[in-house]
Amino acid sequence: MKIRQIKELLDAVVVCGDDSLEKHVYSACGSDMMSDVLAYVKDQAVLLTGLVNTQVVRTAEMMDMVCIVFVRSKEPTQEMISLAKENGMVLLKTNKRMYEACGKLYAGGLVGNKTAK
Amino acid sequence: MSEAAVALHFNVDGEDFTSAGQASVQVKKSLRQLGIDSEIIRKVSIAMYEGEINMVIHAGGGEAHVLIYEDRIEIKLDDHGPGIANIEMAMQEGWSTAPDNIRSLGFGAGMGLPNMKRYTDDMKIDSVVGEGTHIVMTVNL
Ligand SMILES: Nc1ncnc2c1ncn2[C@@H]1O[C@H](COP(=O)(O)OP(=O)(O)OP(=O)(O)O)[C@@H](O)[C@H]1O
Ligand SMILES: [Mg+2]
Repeated sequence: MKIRQIKELLDAVVVCGDDSLEKHVYSACGSDMMSDVLAYVKDQAVLLTGLVNTQVVRTAEMMDMVCIVFVRSKEPTQEMISLAKENGMVLLKTNKRMYEACGKLYAGGLVGNKTAK
Repeated sequence: MSEAAVALHFNVDGEDFTSAGQASVQVKKSLRQLGIDSEIIRKVSIAMYEGEINMVIHAGGGEAHVLIYEDRIEIKLDDHGPGIANIEMAMQEGWSTAPDNIRSLGFGAGMGLPNMKRYTDDMKIDSVVGEGTHIVMTVNL
């Protein structure tokens, strides 16, 4: 699924990374606990979270994730935005809640992940 | 044992949660410059990041050494925090002593140490209550 489709499915607003919306993502993970996120291997994955602090972007960076979606209208900080830009990551925000946002993407064909062995 | 081709050293500030993870970011960059395989880079960065965060939230900071050998990468984490009383328990998924204020920052799922083990080929923990914790993780190249 392209990031552009994620944006459309979630009625999301692009916070940064407008020029990368044609990038593909192959899996997704929704969590507010960063070590839960770090337990999964993913390639070109998207992270959905309601947590807002710089460690969210660092976690995504460690995992080579390409996009973060902030649910429940959470606003990423300026510092998070500049960290994301440095890493060529797309930040989206949606007013949908976690359950609905994940459900929409799953129904749209984006699958979950396998735990790292 | 052969000498490390590259040795990196970092002081991990225990006072600043926002900047936690900067050493891991730096290691990731250095490994990229060395042309190391991206899957290996991801393993090393995640394991080190979990360890770095643990030093910040549980031990008031510490030191990290990353040694790159021809056949392996070693990550050494040393702190003078409270130590881990029961390592076997701490290694279990879901076991955490993190208070609510840490959980609200997104940490305290009790997954960090298991993740460090998951992503490395070898992990040794040496911890003394009241003295500190020393962890050595190895990822084979
Ligand atoms: N460097 C350390 N010094 C002292 N105690 C530690 C240290 N690292 C881990 N611990 C102890 O081991 C427990 C388990 O650590 P682990 O990293 O698995 O989980 P966590 O840090 O609590 O949560 P998470 O990593 O999922 O955010 C911690 O809650 C803490 O009690
Ligand atoms: Mg931890």
